[in-house]
Amino acid sequence: MKPSLGASALQAVWPLAASILIGLIMFKLIGPWSGGFASKVMLVAGINIVLAVSLTIVNGFTGQFSMGHAGFMAVGGYAAAMIVYYGSMRLWGSADFAGGVLSNAGDQVSFTGPFIGKGDWLFIVACLVGGVFAAIAGYIVGLPSLRLRGDYLAIVTLGFGEIVRVLLQGTPDQIQPWKAATAKDVPLYKLPLMLGGPKGFNLLPIYTTLFWVYLAVGLTLILVYRLKASSSGRAFLSIREDEVAAQAMGVDITRYKVRAFVLSSFIAGVAGALYGLDIGAISATELGFQKSFDIIIMVVLGGMGSISGATLAAIILTILPELLRDPPPVWPAGAFVLLVMVIVQAVRKRWNIKSLVVMAIVTAVLEAARQYCVSKGINIAEYRLVIYALMLILMMILRPEGLFGVNEIWDYLGLRSKKLAKRVRRSQKGAAA
Amino acid sequence: MTRCITLASFGSRLFAILGGLALATTLALSGCDNAAGSNGSAKTSTEANPAAPAPNANPAPNAEPAIPADAILIGHYASMTGSEATFGVSTDNGIRLAIAERNAAGGVKGKQIALKTYDNQGKAQESVTAVTRLIQQDKVVAILGEVASSRSLAGGPVCQRLGVPMISPSSTNPDVTAVGDMIFRVCFIDPFQGYVGAKFAKENLKLTKGAVLFNRAQAYSSGLKDNFKEAFSSLGGTIVSEQAFGDGDNDFSAQLTSIRESNPEFIYVPGYYTEVVNIARQARRLGLNVPLIGGDGWDSEELKNAGDALNGCYFSNHYSHEDQSPRVQEFIKKYQAEYKKIPDGLAALGYDAAKILFDAMDRAPSMSGKDLAAAIAATKDFPGVTGSITIDAQRNAKKDAVMLEVVNGAPKYKATIKPE
Amino acid sequence: MTQLLQTLVDGLTVGALYALIALGYTMVYGILKFINFAHSDVFALGVHMTIVIAGWLGVSAMASTLPPWYIGPVVLILAMLSCGLVGFIIERFAYRPLRGAPRINVLITAIGVSLLLQNVGQLKPFFAQSLPRLHIPFGPYPSAIPALLPDTVLFTVANVQFTLVNAAVVGTAVLLMLALQYLIYSTKLGMAMRAVSFSPRNAGLMGINVDLIISMTFVIGSMLAAAAGFLYALKYQGQAKQTADSMWVMLGLKAFVAAVVGGIGNVRGAVLGGLLIGLIEFFGVVYVSSNYRDAYVFAILIIVLLFRPEGVLGRATVEKV
Repeated sequence: MKPSLGASALQAVWPLAASILIGLIMFKLIGPWSGGFASKVMLVAGINIVLAVSLTIVNGFTGQFSMGHAGFMAVGGYAAAMIVYYGSMRLWGSADFAGGVLSNAGDQVSFTGPFIGKGDWLFIVACLVGGVFAAIAGYIVGLPSLRLRGDYLAIVTLGFGEIVRVLLQGTPDQIQPWKAATAKDVPLYKLPLMLGGPKGFNLLPIYTTLFWVYLAVGLTLILVYRLKASSSGRAFLSIREDEVAAQAMGVDITRYKVRAFVLSSFIAGVAGALYGLDIGAISATELGFQKSFDIIIMVVLGGMGSISGATLAAIILTILPELLRDPPPVWPAGAFVLLVMVIVQAVRKRWNIKSLVVMAIVTAVLEAARQYCVSKGINIAEYRLVIYALMLILMMILRPEGLFGVNEIWDYLGLRSKKLAKRVRRSQKGAAA
Repeated sequence: MTRCITLASFGSRLFAILGGLALATTLALSGCDNAAGSNGSAKTSTEANPAAPAPNANPAPNAEPAIPADAILIGHYASMTGSEATFGVSTDNGIRLAIAERNAAGGVKGKQIALKTYDNQGKAQESVTAVTRLIQQDKVVAILGEVASSRSLAGGPVCQRLGVPMISPSSTNPDVTAVGDMIFRVCFIDPFQGYVGAKFAKENLKLTKGAVLFNRAQAYSSGLKDNFKEAFSSLGGTIVSEQAFGDGDNDFSAQLTSIRESNPEFIYVPGYYTEVVNIARQARRLGLNVPLIGGDGWDSEELKNAGDALNGCYFSNHYSHEDQSPRVQEFIKKYQAEYKKIPDGLAALGYDAAKILFDAMDRAPSMSGKDLAAAIAATKDFPGVTGSITIDAQRNAKKDAVMLEVVNGAPKYKATIKPE
Repeated sequence: MTQLLQTLVDGLTVGALYALIALGYTMVYGILKFINFAHSDVFALGVHMTIVIAGWLGVSAMASTLPPWYIGPVVLILAMLSCGLVGFIIERFAYRPLRGAPRINVLITAIGVSLLLQNVGQLKPFFAQSLPRLHIPFGPYPSAIPALLPDTVLFTVANVQFTLVNAAVVGTAVLLMLALQYLIYSTKLGMAMRAVSFSPRNAGLMGINVDLIISMTFVIGSMLAAAAGFLYALKYQGQAKQTADSMWVMLGLKAFVAAVVGGIGNVRGAVLGGLLIGLIEFFGVVYVSSNYRDAYVFAILIIVLLFRPEGVLGRATVEKV
């Protein structure tokens, strides 16, 4: 049953429309309502969601353990920053912010400018080109990855990330914003390389706002979800499950592994662009394996192969450091989670009293720990990395598949149609037999 | 198995659920945050005394009294954990000492001063979040930070945009204060320090051939190296060898061997004391007995770990421990009593930054961002521990530099170089 | 000529250190088929334990006189024992529960353990208040390394000095490698280890206590890392950076590359790989450019993995399906 032209067009366009809508809602409604700091946290969480979901394509769907994700982020970020910065200089003679309302990260009230400014178009082009650069890097990394499995691939991708870092640190100084006029005299083959080296690429105009970030989040989530359900996605999953069997069934492993790398790095490049143009500075020193580890922790915690898991983990791990600075009482959040669990179990009519009790005990223990730390004046934030490390280890021992495993959140919430659920159950039973 | 994904199917449900969950979680938790923030500020983060590396005689050092409700709140963002923790912790110590001193003397305009320090784990993105939190949630009136130029450059735009003055104790990249008129610093900038080192080498030590060994991964080191090279060449000297090391390096024998081949009369090492000690020892072991010259990153008690290797070496600094002026000696004494270590340059700069801020608060008509910034910009000849500080038109500090010579592991005053 | 010889000497000395660390990686990989990311942190722990134990035995970093000659070996043995214990604890509580799990999970646990060791080692020792006698160097500041050997020069060739320290480092490394070689190829324990690395299931069927052998492997690997740490402290007088410094991870990574280059799972390969990587790194820095020091090592890794993934001394295995 071929869909009509109108239906196809709708299918192609509605992700962008939906994402723009989400971006506008976040930017115009949720952002101002929650205040400056919460907006910032949501922005960072959004970028982390994009990063975690992009890593899920390679680590989760295809089962290839890549540890150099921050390298792609760096490539994309630097490329986008370079285009925006030097592009502004060459086109308009200055590196100042030239965007419109959508990109205005500052005071909303007193800003007088168009809804979409000329700088915004440059910004969009820069993000996409950053993604393309990162995709090229992903292609270069993906090719040798064919031969390597598991641990070796991890180390090679780690090495690649480090090489990118070293190369970026060796670039010559950038042109300062007050010397923007000289940018016109520098030949075009030299200008893109002036990325600041070890001092980092600084004093960039800030374009990233909640709108762009959540536009990217929406697009990424929809696209990756569609990818998982598409034939490419099936191929990825089959490579993860059993490479040899997949090959025997006619899946071209070469093509699909490279495809996974390229797609994942494109998205990471876009995330890097948003990241760099949010801080207003980007430095390769920070985008080394430590950052790659941060993203890996998100993907692992959420469940490798689960989009919703990665999203949730990204949100939790962005909020957690802020919470640990000044730990709020645990019991409101604990009560909230307990309530959600009770509702879910009531809806599914499958009661699991043990999990409720465990949740209650965990809440009580955490609250007691928090009270103890507060009374003794211990600054929990110092132990944050220790807590992360312990969490990671305990997670791997107690629940190695992460929060959601390879499933998505709605698999646990029983929202599938009954027919599909029955089909899934039947096929799962068949696989287990 | 193909699935037509239409509007009425999983796509939108996925959206609804994910979006709802994300929003709900974020809101719930930031809601909790906001609720706790208002009464939480009366408790935790300010108390913890994070830097007591040696055993403290006081068995419960962390139980401090709660902040009075009308206290003036200032913020500090620094790298308290991670590989650059030494710098953040030192600076924080200096700031806390200044606050304790001022509070004991009655505070500013009768009000006590309270500090909120946030760790940024040595990352730029965390710096942005920390500064945003300090300004928008904790409502601080001014911000101190950061040591590293890259993180100052991340936090600066936020302060500038939100109209809160920021004083960096020790970021030396010239770009930091270029962000806007809310950003100040109390240290000299790298172009000046490079000039100081070059002038001293050429005119005081009468050396013309030098080698350079710098950290290619650090903005401070690379920037200072560039400035030194420029100044030295313009004074007529020549650089015969330029070698680099990275952040993860501890073995410099390869670079030092190369340097040895080029026969320099001195080596300029614009790094931090964490590396200089090992560089010096390895250089001596390789038979390189020429003097080493460095910058303010050398200043630390740990220089004595080099034993004899650093004897006869020099570094430019903000102040000398031997400065007999009472304020310097008192500062050193108080710092040692509280933290069991001789203060390094970063601690002294943190102390001065805080004191300049208090001085500006005294002079400013109100605590609004604009007034405070104007008052800070008007600082003239402030008697700091690190010298007499005047904030110039570029919001940098105009002060003398001293050249110190390392004798038996301790820095001794050698010369003063004034800005030209 | 001087530069060549100096680079050779330095490269071989550092190569010996890499080899010792690489042995730990390769042994664990041979038996359990996974990369123990926490190994570099055990090495960092070894360096710091050396400082601690030397402090307990009364050697101070600022002493002007050297301690008696027997202090060195005693510190070495105590450091090895303590790190061996840490290795045992890591294996028992973090890796053994994941014995049958997919490799990715174990890799991630290893990353978790690595982060844990790094950050615990950097916490301010709040417990030190009750134990003032113990000189505990952990914390965010670098620690001073006490001198354990005199700075005597043994002989000089073409303006290059061969110091006692160099000889001690290379000598101890060689001794330990020979001991390991003897252990693996001439003792029953070694035979059991080889059997387990060949096939754990069948070794278990033959009556070998697989758990015990695996624990022993970890302990021996950690002891070698501790020895490397001791030798490192010996060689690099001055100070040791704090445990979360990226320097330790970099060193560990290079040692891992050495293990891969030599043929992972192969003990002799690890030694060869260590020396090779040490030499390549130093020659690269001196003769090409010091700007890309880390890049040389990773470039070698990528080249080896592309063209000879089994390593120099490894044997190519055909994957049977």
